Amino acid sequence: MQEINISDKNFEQCQKCSLCETVCPVMANNPAYAGPKRSGPDSERYRLKNGIFFEDSLKYCMNGKRCEVACPSGVKIADLIQQARIKFSTASPKLRDAMLASTDLMGPLASGFAPIVNISLGLAPVKGVLDATIGLDHRRTLPKYSSRTFTSWFRKHAAALQDSFPRHISYYHGCYANYNYPQLAKDFTAVMNAFGYGVHLIEGERCCGVAKIANGMTEAAVRDAKANINAFRKATATGRDIVTVSTTCTMTLLEEYPELLKVDNSDVKSRIKLFEPFVFEAISSGIVKPVWKEGFKAKVAYHSPCHQERLGWGIFTIELLKMIPGLELIELGSNCCGMAGTYGFKKENFKVSQKIGEPLFNEIRSVAPDYVACECETCKWQIEMSAGVSVKNPVSILAEALDLEKTSELNRA
Amino acid sequence: MANREFDVIIIGGGITGAGTARDCALRGLKTLLVERDDIASGATGRNHGLLHSGARYAVKDAESARECISENKILRKIAANCVEDTGGLFITLPEDEDSGYGLDYQKTFVEACLDAGIQARIISPEEALRMEPSVNPRLIGAVAVPDGSVDPFRLCSANVVDARMHGAEVLTYTFLDSFIIENGAVTGVRLLDRRSGVVSEYRAAVTVNAAGIWGQAVAAKAGISIGMYPAKGALLVFGHRVNNVVINRCRKSADGDILVPGDSVCVIGTTSTKIPFEECDDMRVTPGEVRLLLREGCSLCPSLSSTRILRAYAGVRPLVASDSDPTGRSISRGIVCLDHESRDGVKGLVTITGGKLMTYRLMAEKATDAVCRKLGLDRPCETAVTPLPGSGDGRIEAVSRRFSGKPTAGQKAAAGRHGDLTGRIRFDSPDDGALVCECENVTLAEIRYAVKELGVTNLEDLRRRTRVGMGTCQGSFCIRKAAAALAEALGDPSLADKLAAEYLEERWKGMVPAGWGDTLREMEFMQRVYKTGKPYSYDD
Repeated sequence: MQEINISDKNFEQCQKCSLCETVCPVMANNPAYAGPKRSGPDSERYRLKNGIFFEDSLKYCMNGKRCEVACPSGVKIADLIQQARIKFSTASPKLRDAMLASTDLMGPLASGFAPIVNISLGLAPVKGVLDATIGLDHRRTLPKYSSRTFTSWFRKHAAALQDSFPRHISYYHGCYANYNYPQLAKDFTAVMNAFGYGVHLIEGERCCGVAKIANGMTEAAVRDAKANINAFRKATATGRDIVTVSTTCTMTLLEEYPELLKVDNSDVKSRIKLFEPFVFEAISSGIVKPVWKEGFKAKVAYHSPCHQERLGWGIFTIELLKMIPGLELIELGSNCCGMAGTYGFKKENFKVSQKIGEPLFNEIRSVAPDYVACECETCKWQIEMSAGVSVKNPVSILAEALDLEKTSELNRA
Repeated sequence: MANREFDVIIIGGGITGAGTARDCALRGLKTLLVERDDIASGATGRNHGLLHSGARYAVKDAESARECISENKILRKIAANCVEDTGGLFITLPEDEDSGYGLDYQKTFVEACLDAGIQARIISPEEALRMEPSVNPRLIGAVAVPDGSVDPFRLCSANVVDARMHGAEVLTYTFLDSFIIENGAVTGVRLLDRRSGVVSEYRAAVTVNAAGIWGQAVAAKAGISIGMYPAKGALLVFGHRVNNVVINRCRKSADGDILVPGDSVCVIGTTSTKIPFEECDDMRVTPGEVRLLLREGCSLCPSLSSTRILRAYAGVRPLVASDSDPTGRSISRGIVCLDHESRDGVKGLVTITGGKLMTYRLMAEKATDAVCRKLGLDRPCETAVTPLPGSGDGRIEAVSRRFSGKPTAGQKAAAGRHGDLTGRIRFDSPDDGALVCECENVTLAEIRYAVKELGVTNLEDLRRRTRVGMGTCQGSFCIRKAAAALAEALGDPSLADKLAAEYLEERWKGMVPAGWGDTLREMEFMQRVYKTGKPYSYDD
C-alpha cells in the first residue's frame, strides 16, 4: 500500500545536473554505492511504480546531506533515500546495529560499569571478538563512557542554583554529553551561567533517534520523536528556548522529525536553537557581554560537520570563535570526516570511512593546529583517532577562553 | 531479388495492422506488413494506455463494454508483460450530484456494468482512499472495476515480433505509393522505400487497409471513399506515478476524466476535438487543452496540481461515418470492417478501422476472417489463446533473476519491458550493463538488443522499444549517450548528432504546451545545453 505518493521531497525537480554526485563523499570512495542521484530521485520514480526497484545499496548512504546542500533544485535527496529505506528495507537491524542505535539504552548500562567497559573496549582481544561476532571494526577506537552521567551530576551540584539567574533556557544535552562526555555539558552550564542564563533540564528528554533512523529502527525513532516534541511543548510553555549543542541532534529535531518520521514539530521548531547561533546573537545584540581571559592563545582549525553544512549555521561558529582574542582560526575545507554517526563503527564501512576522511585528515596534519574545533561528537571520534589531533566543541573552547567570573559579574543583572 | 508475392499485404503498422499481421501469420498466410514510419508511431502510441474494463461504455454502449471486458480478460493472459493489473475506480464527487451524475447514476452505472459482465463493486469513500490514497478526498462514492494499464508500444512490438516469428515480413519507413489494380481488383501495391526513394511492386491476393485515420487516404488511392472524421485526443504526462490505481469519473464520458498509471508515469486525458485531415500529421496540444486537462485531472487527484508535467501529446481517433449516413452525424465508435468487393465492387481490398487499442485483437480477428474468406480458406483464429512472445506470467522480478541473483535496476526494468524475451538481451561485455538513460534504466545491452532484433533505426524507434529519454529529463541528460550508442550499433557513428537533434526537437514540441514551472526549467536547460528548440505559437 502506497502511503506517500505525492510530489514529496521535490524529487521530480531534479534536472540531473549531477552536482550531488560531485559532493557525495561515499560515491567517490565506494563503487558499490550508486550515488545520490541514482539512489534518490532517479530510482524514486521506479520505486513508486514497483517496490522491487528498491536497492540494498541505499544502506551505504551516510545521510550527511551534502547532496541536499549542493542541489540547485531543492531536491531533498538524502531524505528520499532514508525514506525509501524506511519504506522498503526488509532487513531487520542486526544486534550490532541495534546496540549502536540505542545510545539511550546502552548509555545507562555502560555508565554503570564505566571503568570495566572502558578498559575492556580498549583491549585488543575484546575488540577482536566484537569485530568477529557483531561486526564492530577492531581498528576503531571506541568512545568511552563516563561513570557518572551529566544529569546525575547536574541534579546534585547545579540544579538548585539555576533559578537565581536573570534569564533562562532549557538544555537539550543529548546522549553523548550525558553518558560519554559530561564535561561538555558541564562546560555548557558554566558558559550559560556566566552569561546569566539559568540552565534547566527538559523533563522527559529522550534520545533524538538519529542512530535509530540510520539503523532501520524507525518505530523506536518515532516514539523518541513524539516524546521529545511533547517534552519541548511543555518546556517552551515556560517561555524558555531550547538550546542544543550537537549539530546532528539539532538537525534531527528540526528536519528529520517532520520530513522522515512525520512527527509534527512546527509549533516548537523556531524555539530549538543551536548553541553557537544562540550565543552569537545574544552577544552581537548586546544581551550578554563576554569578558575574555588575558593571555589566551590557541591555534584552532574549524571543521564544519556535514549536518552543520545542512543547517547552514557554520558561519555563526566561525564568527563566534573569531571574537576570542588570541585565537588564531583556520577554516578547514568543506570535507566529510567519514564517520557519519554509527556508519564508521561498522566493519563493512571502516575502510570507506577512513578513505572519505583522508583529505580532511591530511589538511589537519598540514595545518598542525593546537586542536580542532567542531560541533559534532562523532566527527571528534574520527578526527582524534585518524588525524591524531584533539577536537573540542566550541562550547568547551568558550569555557576556556572566557573569564567566567568576570563574565558572570557583568551579566548578573 | 526478394520474392514479392504474398497472400496478404497489410497497410499500417499500428496496433491494428500489427495484430492483423500476427493473426494472418498464425493462420499460415504469407504476410507483408507495411508502415510508413515506425510501428506504433500513430494513434497506437498516443493514448492513455488504459486497459479498459468496459465500465466506461457500459451505460451508453453495451456492445463496446462487452467487447472490452472480453478483450481485457484475453490480454491479461496473452500479453501479461504488457499489462498491469492496477484495478480501477469510478468516483463520484459532490458537484456531480448537481449535474445529474450523483449516486443515483452510480446505481445505473453499476447495473449496466454487471449486465455487460463487468465485475463492478460499490465501495465506500474510505475504502477508495485506502485503495488509492491520492484520490480526491472529497469523493462521495466509488465503484471498483477491473481496469488496468497496457503498454501500447510493447503490445504492438510483441505482435510484430510474433508475426515475424511466423514468417511475416515487415517494412517500416515504407510508403504506399499506389495500388496495383487489374480488372477491378487490387492485386498488389507499389511501395516507396522512404530512405532509398525506390518504388517496388509487391503482389498479394488481398490487401488490408489498417491505416487508422490515414485509411481514408489509403482507400482513396483505390478510388474508394470512406467518410472518416479525425478526432484529436490530447493527453498530459506527469513526471511520476501519482496514483497506482486507474481513476475515472463516474459520469457521462467527458474531457480529462481518466487518470492512468502507466510504467513510471501517469497520464491524464483526454479531449475530443474534430480536426481537419491536414493536422493529423502534426498535432499540437494547445494551452487551452492543457488547462482543461489539468483542471479535470486535479478533481480526480488534487496532487496533480503540484506534480511536474513532462509533456503533452495528442492522438487522433479514426471515427467512421456510418455508410447509411454520409453526413457524419451518426458516427460509430465501434469496429468497422469493410469488404470493398461487396461495398464498392473493388476486389481484393479490406478496410479495418474504428475500434480502439483495447479491441485491436478482435479487430484483427475480424479482418483476418475477411481475408481468409476472400482467399477461400477456413482457418480458425488462435490469437485469443496463444500468448504473445514475452508474455510469460508478467512477474518482473522472477524474469530479472535469470540474469543474476541480484539483478540491477537496468535488468529489472528490461524484464518489465521485454517480459519473457528478456533473456535475449545479453549482458556479456563489460559495458553492457552501463546505464544510458538513467531516468528509465535503459542499459547499453538493451539498446544493442533493440537495434539487432526489434528493428530500430532512430531514437524515436528506440524510445518506443525501450523508453529511452521518456523520463524526467526528456533526454536532455542522456540523449547524446543514447545517440552515440545507437549510431554505433547501427554501424555508423557519424549519425549520432543528427539522431540526437531530431529526438530533442520532438521532445521539445511536447514540452512547449506545458512550458511553465519545472517543465520550463527543463526546457531552458535543454536549450542552453543543446541550442535546440524552435518557438511555437498558438492561436489559442
